[in-house]
Amino acid sequence: MSNLIVFCILLLLGLVIGKFAEKKHLKSIVKREHQLNALPAIASRYPPTGENVGPHQQLLVTGNVVIASDYFKTFLAGLINIFGGRVTPFESLLDRGRREALLRMKSSANAVNAEYIFNVKYQTATIQQKGNGAIEVLAYGTALIPTQQVKA
Amino acid sequence: MLISNLEFLPDQKVIRHIGLVQGSSVRSKHVGRDMMAGLKNIFGGELKGYTELLHDSRIEATERMVEQAKSIGANAVLNVRFSTSSIAAGAAEIFVYGTAVEVADHE
Repeated sequence: MSNLIVFCILLLLGLVIGKFAEKKHLKSIVKREHQLNALPAIASRYPPTGENVGPHQQLLVTGNVVIASDYFKTFLAGLINIFGGRVTPFESLLDRGRREALLRMKSSANAVNAEYIFNVKYQTATIQQKGNGAIEVLAYGTALIPTQQVKA
Repeated sequence: MLISNLEFLPDQKVIRHIGLVQGSSVRSKHVGRDMMAGLKNIFGGELKGYTELLHDSRIEATERMVEQAKSIGANAVLNVRFSTSSIAAGAAEIFVYGTAVEVADHE
């Protein structure tokens, strides 16, 4: 009986706090995405500037985040696993992780005054924790930094 | 040392391909951190301790790769890729690899 009570409390805590934290995180993601909108990050292997690419430097930039699922999501995903179908609780988790990693990469490129980030790659890994879901997302790419001082 | 995940350099010429270089690092957090992470699994959210851990070990793995590249006479590593695998609860291996090349200095 006491086990069931503990389980219900954990489920409720996960549902309430987890949902609140997710909303807060999404809000901050959207806000920072707007701030960094001027810096394009593209998956193309070649710089998009073509012929008018001036003198520049390049730098490998990375951004990573480890993000954990909450108790409620883990439980819900377990339920969905029985019947099959879209595991929406984990979809939103991965989406947040990817966007956060990209934002961190962008802000580190922004700190060195980059103009573009290209050849962007994502990499996702599961960080094992006794069956609970925690994922790491890494985003990396090449930042193109224009160097003005060469112009005389 | 130039490190890039491009396969070419837009304005520099590669004069010699030397070969594959790699660096790896396996790290884990102490038990206290793992317990904190366990708590976070109830509420959800970012595991800052692990984010830092993986970031640091990625830097270390990259340093090891750069050292190896230097020792064989390269001055750039191109087409760099990252790979992660968790090998035990709370421990992860970070692996970085790329092609060591010699590029001609431009200008």
